[in-house]
Amino acid sequence: MNKTTILETGVGLFVVLGLAALFMLAMKMSNFATYSSKDGYTVTARFEEIGGLKVQAPVNAGGVRVGRVTGIDYDEKRYQAKVTMQIDGRYKAFPTDTTAAIYTAGLLGEKYIGLEPGGETEYLKNGSEIRLTQSALVMERVLGQFLFNKAQEKFPN
Amino acid sequence: MTMLRNLGHWWLGIMARMGRSLIFLVQILFGMHELLLRHPREVVMQLYSVGVLSLLIILVSGLNVGMVLGLQMYNTLVDFGAEAALGPVVALSLVRELGPVVAGLLFAGRAGSALTAEIGLMKATEQLAGMEMMAVDPIRRVVAPRLLAGIISMPLLAAIFSAVGIWGAYFVGVGLLGVDEGAFWSQMQAQIDWRDDVLNGVIKSIVFGVVVTWIAVYEGFDSVPTTEGVSRATTRTVVAASLSVLALDFLLTAMMFNK
Repeated sequence: MNKTTILETGVGLFVVLGLAALFMLAMKMSNFATYSSKDGYTVTARFEEIGGLKVQAPVNAGGVRVGRVTGIDYDEKRYQAKVTMQIDGRYKAFPTDTTAAIYTAGLLGEKYIGLEPGGETEYLKNGSEIRLTQSALVMERVLGQFLFNKAQEKFPN
Repeated sequence: MTMLRNLGHWWLGIMARMGRSLIFLVQILFGMHELLLRHPREVVMQLYSVGVLSLLIILVSGLNVGMVLGLQMYNTLVDFGAEAALGPVVALSLVRELGPVVAGLLFAGRAGSALTAEIGLMKATEQLAGMEMMAVDPIRRVVAPRLLAGIISMPLLAAIFSAVGIWGAYFVGVGLLGVDEGAFWSQMQAQIDWRDDVLNGVIKSIVFGVVVTWIAVYEGFDSVPTTEGVSRATTRTVVAASLSVLALDFLLTAMMFNK
C-alpha cells in the first residue's frame, strides 16, 4: 500500500465513521424512527383544561403510543382548549364514542392523552372530533377542592 | 488623550482585521467551484490532516466526557430514584451542547493551530509568494481546500463525539452502575427529538466548523512572516476560535432552544 492509498482509506473510514455516528444519533438515540409518519389521520378533541399538555406529546391507547399531539389551540367561542392529534394510519378502528383524557406520566412526568375506546360500530376518521373528554387534573384545584371539603366537614355552615 | 488615541487605534485595528477576514472569506468562496472541479483530490488530502488526524483526540475525549457525565448524573439522579433518566440527560447534553462545543474547542486546538502554523510557515518561507509568481492563486490552491475540509470534518467529528460519549455513559451507567438497559435507551428515544435536538446540534457544529477553520486559515494567511509572527498567529487562532465557539454557542442556543 502506498501513501495515497493509506491516506484515502483513512479519509473514507473517517467519513463512514462520521456518517455512522450521525445515523446512530438519529435512529437509536432519537425519535427519528418513530417520527410521525405521513399516513395518519387527525382527530380533534375539546378539553376544559389541558394542564401542561404540549405539542408532540404522546397519544396512548392501553399504554401503547398510537399517535401524537400536533396542535393546541384555544376555541374562543366555546372557551375550551382544542387539541389536534395525529393517529398512526395503522390504528384505524377507534369507535366514535372513544373517550380522550389527559393524564400525567408518573408524579412529575409529562402530560399525555389516553384514549379509551367505546362501543360504537362506526370508527373515527380524518377530521372527526372526540366528544367525550376528560380534562387534566390541576394540582391546585384538586387541593383547593379537598381543603374546601375538609373545612365544610368540620364547620357545617 | 493618548489613551483615547490608543483605544481608537486598537479598535480600528480590530475592525480592519475583521474586514480583511471577510474579504478573504469571500475570495475563498469564489474560488470554491474551481477547486471542486479541478482539484478535488486536494480536499481529500486536507480531510486526512484536518479530520482523520483529529479523530483520536475526539474519540478519547468523547468517551471520557460521556463516562464522567454518566457517573456524575447517576450520583445525583439516584437520590431521586430517577436513574432511568440518565440516558436522556446525558444524550441531551451531549447532542445539544457538549458534542458540538467540546468538539469545536478540541478542533480549534488540534486542527486550527496546525492550519495556522502551516499556512503561516508557507508565508514565512515565501512558498505562497512563489505560487503567485507561477500564477497559481494560493487562496484557491492552499486555503480553499483547507477551509472546505474543516467545514466537512467538524460536523462528522461532533457526531462521533456525541455518539461515543453516549456509549461511554452507557458503559458506566448500564454496565457498571446497573441502570436498566431498556429504560436507558427507550427514555432517550422518547425525550430526544431528531429535528429539535440532533439536527440543531449538527447545524451548530457546521457553524463552528466554518468559524474555526475560517479564523485558522485567515490568521495563517495574515500572519507576520517571521518565526515570532507565526507563533503569535497560532496562539491567536486558538484563543479567538475557542472564544468564538463559546460565544456563538450561546447565541445559537438562545435562538434554537428558546421554547
